[in-house]
Amino acid sequence: MIRFNKLTLLSLLSGALILGSCDKNDTPNDSFDTSGTYTQNDQMARPAINTVFVNAARKNEFNTTTPSTMNAAFNAQFQSVLTGFGYTSNALGMDKATFTNVLVTDVLNVKTSGKTTFFDGTNVLTGRDPGDDVIDTELLLIFGGGTGTSNPTLTKDNVNGNDKAFLTTFPYLAAPF
Amino acid sequence: MKKILIGGLSAIVFTAGVIYAADHIDAPAVTGTGNKSLGNDITDIYAFQSPADNSKMVFVLNTQGLMSPAASGTAVFPSNTMYEINIDNTGDNVEDLVIQALVQNGKLRVYGPVAVGTPGTTSMVRASGTSTEVAVTAYGASPSIGTSSNGTKVFAGPRDDPFFFDLTRFKEIIAGTQSGFRNPGVDAFAGTNVMSIVVEVPKSTLGSASTINVWGETKTK
Repeated sequence: MIRFNKLTLLSLLSGALILGSCDKNDTPNDSFDTSGTYTQNDQMARPAINTVFVNAARKNEFNTTTPSTMNAAFNAQFQSVLTGFGYTSNALGMDKATFTNVLVTDVLNVKTSGKTTFFDGTNVLTGRDPGDDVIDTELLLIFGGGTGTSNPTLTKDNVNGNDKAFLTTFPYLAAPF
Repeated sequence: MKKILIGGLSAIVFTAGVIYAADHIDAPAVTGTGNKSLGNDITDIYAFQSPADNSKMVFVLNTQGLMSPAASGTAVFPSNTMYEINIDNTGDNVEDLVIQALVQNGKLRVYGPVAVGTPGTTSMVRASGTSTEVAVTAYGASPSIGTSSNGTKVFAGPRDDPFFFDLTRFKEIIAGTQSGFRNPGVDAFAGTNVMSIVVEVPKSTLGSASTINVWGETKTK
């Protein structure tokens, strides 16, 4: 009888453990350590901005500069990189100073209704979808000149999509290789 | 013109050192051997309307790029790290809302979107709002999805890197050994994985602005 009670107690306990580890949890228990202060290491919004426009000595600085202060800290560097690329204008009609002002504050602009895309031929900078060919968009705006037709061998990399199809349901990204 | 351009590109490589892609390996502070912040290197952030539900917004924060399949089975999200999606909905490029993700003991917990505490480069956990949990999906397993009663969904685990780019050729152009891209190009990220955190939230939790500004951060304690 005592043994039976112990088994009953054990099965009740294991039942409680299973319930406690359920995925759905609006009022979490305290199994997470939420104490302390976290300090920033990396930061990103638009693809390849830090990569292309920030030199090695300042990459960490860019990763810990808040977006609202990036213009003051990095405007001159971004302009000098565009100068190095021979930049004068792009298909959006932006001169060097205007394009720099767009690029240097590294945030992703996202529309809260309608199509969200980096660029789809019509919508510009309304989000970033995994399928967007962001590199071609950036190459075109940097190297394509005022009509988008300059330097044709530098304005697209001819990799036009991901190597795996995205899912139509959450979490949308393809399973790993 | 082309010559001038290539000269310009070479000048960039001279000053910028190794050029990488999207944001893969663009945080020297967190990629060195023995660094306490390994796993903090962001590869990409995505923000898009849910393909399954127009009333939802999806945020993807990918880290630990160029992972081989062999390395993907043992990769982990470090437990001293906060993954933070920053959202500005007033147009000043200062975050008003944050989505904070922690991974501890094989579990993901996502807070928010919740009003930011103190904006900037240091953060404490904003534990006051709704949170959603799920077990980290193991390599090779089908995705585990956590849900909350307000319709939030969360996921953490290895996924195929959705980024694509002929990085190899780009580096050759930068180095001056090639004058342009090839056709067809070769995706340098084909066959590689990343550690992904995916969060889908009701748009109603993002405020009423027609455009929000979004960026991703990794932070450690």
